[in-house]
Amino acid sequence: MKLNRSVQVTQLVSLLIAAVLIVLVILPTGQSPVTVIGTMIDGAFGSWDLVARALTTLAPVLLCAAGLAFTFSSGLYNLGVEGQVLAGAIATTALVRALFPDGGQAAVSPALIMALGIVAGMLGGLLWGLLAGLLHVYGRISEIFAGLGLNFVAQGLAIFLIFGPWKRAGVASMSGTALFDESVWLPVLGITELSPVALVLAGVALIVALIVLRNTYFGLRLRAVGHSLRSSFILGIPATQHLLSAFAICGAFAGLAGATQALAIFHRLIPGISSNLGYLGLLVAMLANYNPIWLLPIAAFFSVLNIGALKLPSELKVESSLAGVIQGLLVLAVLLSRGVSKRAK
Amino acid sequence: MNTTELISLLAIAVAAAAPIVIAAIGETITERVGVINLSADGVILLAGLGGFVAAQTTKNVWIGFVAAAIVGSLVALVVAFGAITLKQSQTAIGFVLALLCTDLSSFLGAPFVLTDAPRVPSWPLPLLSDIPYLGPILFHADAVVYFTYLLIGVSWFYFYKTRPGLLLRSVGEQPSAAFARGVPVIATRYLYTIVGGALVGIAGAAFTLDIKAGWTFRHVAGYGWIALSLVIFGGWNPLKVALGAYLFGITQSLLGKAQSVVTLIPSQVFPILPFVFMILVLMVSSGDLVDRMARLFPLGVRRALLRTLRATPPNSLGKPFEQD
Repeated sequence: MKLNRSVQVTQLVSLLIAAVLIVLVILPTGQSPVTVIGTMIDGAFGSWDLVARALTTLAPVLLCAAGLAFTFSSGLYNLGVEGQVLAGAIATTALVRALFPDGGQAAVSPALIMALGIVAGMLGGLLWGLLAGLLHVYGRISEIFAGLGLNFVAQGLAIFLIFGPWKRAGVASMSGTALFDESVWLPVLGITELSPVALVLAGVALIVALIVLRNTYFGLRLRAVGHSLRSSFILGIPATQHLLSAFAICGAFAGLAGATQALAIFHRLIPGISSNLGYLGLLVAMLANYNPIWLLPIAAFFSVLNIGALKLPSELKVESSLAGVIQGLLVLAVLLSRGVSKRAK
Repeated sequence: MNTTELISLLAIAVAAAAPIVIAAIGETITERVGVINLSADGVILLAGLGGFVAAQTTKNVWIGFVAAAIVGSLVALVVAFGAITLKQSQTAIGFVLALLCTDLSSFLGAPFVLTDAPRVPSWPLPLLSDIPYLGPILFHADAVVYFTYLLIGVSWFYFYKTRPGLLLRSVGEQPSAAFARGVPVIATRYLYTIVGGALVGIAGAAFTLDIKAGWTFRHVAGYGWIALSLVIFGGWNPLKVALGAYLFGITQSLLGKAQSVVTLIPSQVFPILPFVFMILVLMVSSGDLVDRMARLFPLGVRRALLRTLRATPPNSLGKPFEQD
């Protein structure tokens, strides 16, 4: 009990230090930190539309974080998550374009195209994730660099497609491919970008991650692999298969996020379709520290920060990247405080 | 392509590679002592901003470099504290810092976008720049580029020909053995992590005050990751790391030339191709593939080939040291 108390005190102190640093970062802008935080809160909760926007961001972040819970459990840093989101969006776009050519007729019913598009996105992400896994397991390349490398490759592929084979009639530009036909846009609530389908999928992904990681034999073995690859292998766990499945599952969830971004929000492929949401998912998963229960509250908080900060440039002429600064400082503070409490033992 | 064009292409490549060489050698020093500092991509931006602002305020470009080195070493100090003292995951701390520093550079750098700061003046070296071919390629540059030549030579000499360099490597390879021989492992790791971080910071200023002079949001993002992968490509040997960086620079300037000639690939893809290429090279050089290729050769050649191509990381890389 006494030990727990000291852990809590350490965490509290480190969060306080993070808060002080956040204030120090805001000061050079000439705005009072209270005004800035107030504007952010207003920017996230000021109206139902804004709440809907935060929920719109929550869906892909949660999908990535739920997927990353698998790779984290197996002891891996899947930095390729950004590329896996993009690969999903590319696969979805490919499928939509194949079944509903630009300016042509839909080959099957729009609902079926959307459903197949989502499946294609999952498969695209899964393949990209598996590729990182194969490079790591069979090529003995650090998963960090395999993932990062594949991010660059996916980025190159997307830009190639947008400016090459899939270029918009007339002008090709960084703003992406031609819009999908309106009949294959995932339905959204009112005038917002919030897609109930995306949110439900994210919820399902979270529940799957919770149940599989905590209550199944597979989840237990995955954690064993994460704790010690060698001893779990000696004990007869097919470690390679478990590592590869973790990569595949994470890729599929990230690809799903890419699919919903393409079908519900952008209605096309753009180069920055993942817009760092995959890395945000990585921060969420790091903060949750192998405990999937925490994924939802942290992902929700981080989404609120992202949306709230969007109001800063117009209202206060303050950069919206403050959201990233706050998220980074919080994660850093928690990581360091974990080290401090461990040392105290 | 005629000789003049080739010379200018190589001269551009050598200059463009300078910041990457500095960052990659900085990271090599850090990793040789057993610590991974993944924050380089963000630190290059944040220190680049710090150097830019300091140079702008003081109207002195060299103070900019000092400021950048300080920013880089402060971030490295956080990594060292988290990794060495608190024994937390070096990957986690480094990666969070990479993202954090990138966002910080965007946030704090907003007022400085597209403003002016002093630039490193061009300084052709007398005599040396008159050497045919080599002169225009290597010695018609500025102090930053010459600093990279010096850094490559000095770091190699320090690593392999001096006693402190031997101790540095021993801490990375066998920390407990080094400790038993009386080497202060923790202090050594702190020292070289900070030195490495300072060099990564200087690389940031080399971008913003020289090679890609100026400041805009995330304008040199991505190069930190290239520098980190070059450390692996170069097998933690400063000479080979620098060679990799120059290969990257040449690829970059060749692709810049090809952009106007090749019509099959849209020109917008070109800026990203060197990154793709570099990572693919890394995948080949650090993986199993080299071993398999080597098996095609007779034994004598094979051993020499593997020694040149295969990279073995310092034994204790990424592992905290438990001092009894």
